[in-house]
Amino acid sequence: MKHVSIVGAAALALCAGAQAQKSAADGIAEYRKMLEDGNPAELFEAKGEALWKQKRGPKNASLEQCDLGKGPGIVKGAFVELPRYFADTKKVQDLESRLVTCMEALQGFNGVEIAKTAFGRGEMANVTALATWIAGESRGMRFNLPQNHPEEQKSYEIGKRTFFYRAGPYDFSCAGCHGEDGKRIRMQDLPNLTKNPGDGIGFAAWPAYRVSNGQMWSMQLRLNDCYRQQRFPYPGFGSEVTIALGTYMGVNAKGAESIAPAIKR
Amino acid sequence: MNRSSWMAVAAAGFFAAGCATLPSSTELDRLALEAHKASFSDRGIAKADRINQDLAQAACSSDKPPSESVAKRLEAEALKTVKMPADGKFIGDWKEGEKLAQSGRGMTWTDESADPKANGANCYNCHQISKQEISYGTIGPSLYNYGKLRGVKDPADPAAKAMVEYTWGKLWNSKAYSACSNMPRFGHMGILNEAQLKHLMALLLDPNSPVNQ
Repeated sequence: MKHVSIVGAAALALCAGAQAQKSAADGIAEYRKMLEDGNPAELFEAKGEALWKQKRGPKNASLEQCDLGKGPGIVKGAFVELPRYFADTKKVQDLESRLVTCMEALQGFNGVEIAKTAFGRGEMANVTALATWIAGESRGMRFNLPQNHPEEQKSYEIGKRTFFYRAGPYDFSCAGCHGEDGKRIRMQDLPNLTKNPGDGIGFAAWPAYRVSNGQMWSMQLRLNDCYRQQRFPYPGFGSEVTIALGTYMGVNAKGAESIAPAIKR
Repeated sequence: MNRSSWMAVAAAGFFAAGCATLPSSTELDRLALEAHKASFSDRGIAKADRINQDLAQAACSSDKPPSESVAKRLEAEALKTVKMPADGKFIGDWKEGEKLAQSGRGMTWTDESADPKANGANCYNCHQISKQEISYGTIGPSLYNYGKLRGVKDPADPAAKAMVEYTWGKLWNSKAYSACSNMPRFGHMGILNEAQLKHLMALLLDPNSPVNQ
């Protein structure tokens, strides 16, 4: 027995270089698996559902008549078809910007003020909770963004150009990190977002609860922080480039199963 | 007009409306630029004008690389920007280089200063460098044994001159050797100063650096 373990130890020492790499990656995968057992995003889902039904705002109304693209009040399946074109605003909107439209139209909130609010604060925190619940209502469904309206096609084309747009002091673009298969930053795997990266990966995982900072991150915040790390200036909430990127990633993810709200390191 | 010609007119109108609505590729390029100008604003040290592209950035902003002739021209222009160290010394302290390589800080809207002294070099985010650090990225090639593999035994030896100058040029303006390189132009864009670049040179080329063990 003793002999065997010495041989085992020697073999381990010999492979230490290769093994260290593998075990670190395995360790992270294991950690992620453990996290899935209890996702605090559930708390935000519950908050979002309550906010949807609650009479609020200057007009003291609920959001239950909000049209997320499939008709007033239809929540199930809406998430996997956004961003899409809305005839009333004559714009392509993502889930969050659409929610602000509904909060303005139905409840009487000031949409411009909400868009200017920091993530995690005031009504912006409510938008995130609502988006988390609405995403969860499409859990297990597959992305299938509409691309029939010319504005939706235009949004995709602008999103594609935005994805490859290099600028700033570091010359970074989205594509620099997310344009090829099998790349990573440090130990973090990077999905290739120029195509369907697979079920529950990339666009199909957000909103997500971030364990590292204990925050619920919406897709708008996810993109905002990407741009921060790209060393770009500050992208406006619901701005055209952020929605166009959503259209680009969402259309590319056609057929991918949504696991949102996910949990991330 | 009979019934079928009415239908033809209606169909022609329908298709004209359907096809004419998606703008041309050039027009979409212009709309994308406009969208960028409208979408970003100043925040801290990250001013909105960071959206404005120089020629090298603009030429490398699509899913297709620029033509070979354009790439060659961009590389030649980039090479002209490389400033060799004023005192002719290329090699600093590899230990300082390792610290810089580890740091991914700098130049974001949450950083207070754009002074190179506040910036890291971000190397491990994309490259394997020393064998000891297992948390490294893979966007760039492995730099483990960088100097050793290139036969640099003494960076001060005239035999190493070409490799030393190439490495300095790559750090100063990566686009001098690959027009659309993903690597930042650390010297050219004022991300790192001369002293910091020398420390990175030592990390890569000093025979005593862990990179070359």
